[in-house]
Amino acid sequence: MNMTEKILAHGAGLSEVHPGQLIMANLDMVLGNDITSPVAIREFPKFGKSHVFDKNKVALVPDHFVPNKDIKAAEQCACVRAFAKSEEIKNYFEVGRMGIEHALLPEKGLVSAGDIVIGADSHTCTYGALGAFSTGVGSTDMACGMATGKAWFKVPETIKVHLTGKLGKYVTGKDVILTLIGKIGVDGALYKSIEFSGPGVGELSMDDRFTISNMAIEAGGKAGIFPVDEKTLEYLKEAGAKEPKVFVADEDASYCQVIDMDLSDVELTVSYPHLPENTHAVKDSSSISIDQVVIGSCTNGRISDMRAAAEILKGRKVAEGVRCIIIPATQKIWKEAMDEGLFNIFIDAGAVVSTPTCGPCLGGYMGILAEGERCVSTTNRNFVGRMGHVKSEVYLASPYTAAASAVTGHITDPKDLEEVDR
Amino acid sequence: MIREGSVFRYGDNVDTDVIIPARYLNTSDAKELASHCMEDIDSDFVKNVREGDIIVAGRNFGCGSSREHAPLAIKTAGVSCVIATSFARIFYRNSINIGLPILECEEASREIKAGDKVKVDFTSGKITDLTSGKEYQAEPFPPFMQDLINAGGLAAYMKENY
Repeated sequence: MNMTEKILAHGAGLSEVHPGQLIMANLDMVLGNDITSPVAIREFPKFGKSHVFDKNKVALVPDHFVPNKDIKAAEQCACVRAFAKSEEIKNYFEVGRMGIEHALLPEKGLVSAGDIVIGADSHTCTYGALGAFSTGVGSTDMACGMATGKAWFKVPETIKVHLTGKLGKYVTGKDVILTLIGKIGVDGALYKSIEFSGPGVGELSMDDRFTISNMAIEAGGKAGIFPVDEKTLEYLKEAGAKEPKVFVADEDASYCQVIDMDLSDVELTVSYPHLPENTHAVKDSSSISIDQVVIGSCTNGRISDMRAAAEILKGRKVAEGVRCIIIPATQKIWKEAMDEGLFNIFIDAGAVVSTPTCGPCLGGYMGILAEGERCVSTTNRNFVGRMGHVKSEVYLASPYTAAASAVTGHITDPKDLEEVDR
Repeated sequence: MIREGSVFRYGDNVDTDVIIPARYLNTSDAKELASHCMEDIDSDFVKNVREGDIIVAGRNFGCGSSREHAPLAIKTAGVSCVIATSFARIFYRNSINIGLPILECEEASREIKAGDKVKVDFTSGKITDLTSGKEYQAEPFPPFMQDLINAGGLAAYMKENY
């Protein structure tokens, strides 16, 4: 069996499972946010249980429209807060202690290797970076998970992505996943799990792996899973996660497709509107002028992303006519960035730093685009109207590329900045 | 169960952001969500859709976010069925869980035209284009999914079985 099958078999209490098999699995964590939880809370009583199955295994993270962007958003958060209180949910995270859910849960040690996690948010696949099977579901599935501790799954077929080589200068996990999506398309992994393997895995930092797993859904994937290595175990230990269950794919495990990827060949990549699969090399995109840059989100709001942005912005200025919005994903990351002096660099450059929020990524608030405006964003989707007006455009890229583009006012390869400085 | 309606046609990769833009997700009121359904790709949809009408689209319908608000908006707008070549997996789950009928049929997705009158038999999966006179057979649901649908959704199924 491969990793996906081993984790699902374990969670379903079976000795083995096969692709296509329908199973009922026990859940280690059930997650919801301020958009999806209110619907789940409304559905919850229909499952006929008086309380949640385990108050330690439910996480409620208002993060999309908080701090409350308007009265309706405030009402939704109030609904989640009241439910968390009445059900004594241990892992409810209020403004001041919250963060963007998929950066927050790993940081708090709430997900461990071998866990099965569902979240009413499509980017729940992020925790695949920790060797967990985690996947996005809707609110009714979330209600079911909270009530029964179970979810049904069709055991997916699995694509193996064999990684070799080493990333070049300024090339990150974001460029790796955009390149992969460009190759297989936005439905290239539809109904399937993606497993990463090979010697290239060890060359990727945990933050790179989170970014890669996070965007598995943008290829239609059910999960994006990394093997557990020393880096994973160290991360889990530091986060105070529970004892990891390490599942290793068998030598003769079966995969529906194998993709070889040499990390040394990955270029700085940008996805043009209006699909993540619409990838181009950053170096061929310099004619595209921009109005805004967003650096943050569950995809790229981690400390290494903040450091990357600071490395580029240090001693430089955001171009005239460009708004540069930087959003550390959690309170911990915020404090770390502040303590490291990164905010001085950002503010001196003319960027703005926001409290943690999903805000602009989904066109909620904190950076909405007007008609005809273009944004380079480290977020995960560039669909029509995603960040504002139907006729605005989002270009997806890494923090290095986004920060370099903020400096010049057009899409820019960070390597070319030295040229600009001269 | 047999339903009949006029067809609204869309292309590949219809995402949840155009089905129901996130700027309206500060509510979960089904009627309010339905009043903005599809507006970013078809501003006339809400005005023109009638009870029982059918959406026909290409590959990967409902890709993107996990928002259950998307199938809920479509269902509440009066749509009786979505026919597509394939569905994004979370949208597929959500539709079954909330009782929005969906059918996968590549040939029907390719050939049925906007405005055609179409009849759908959900029990057999037979799709009849009354305008062109052509018949199609959709992929049948696996037995477990059929049990979920027959039980009346996920909550009822879980109550019966767990």
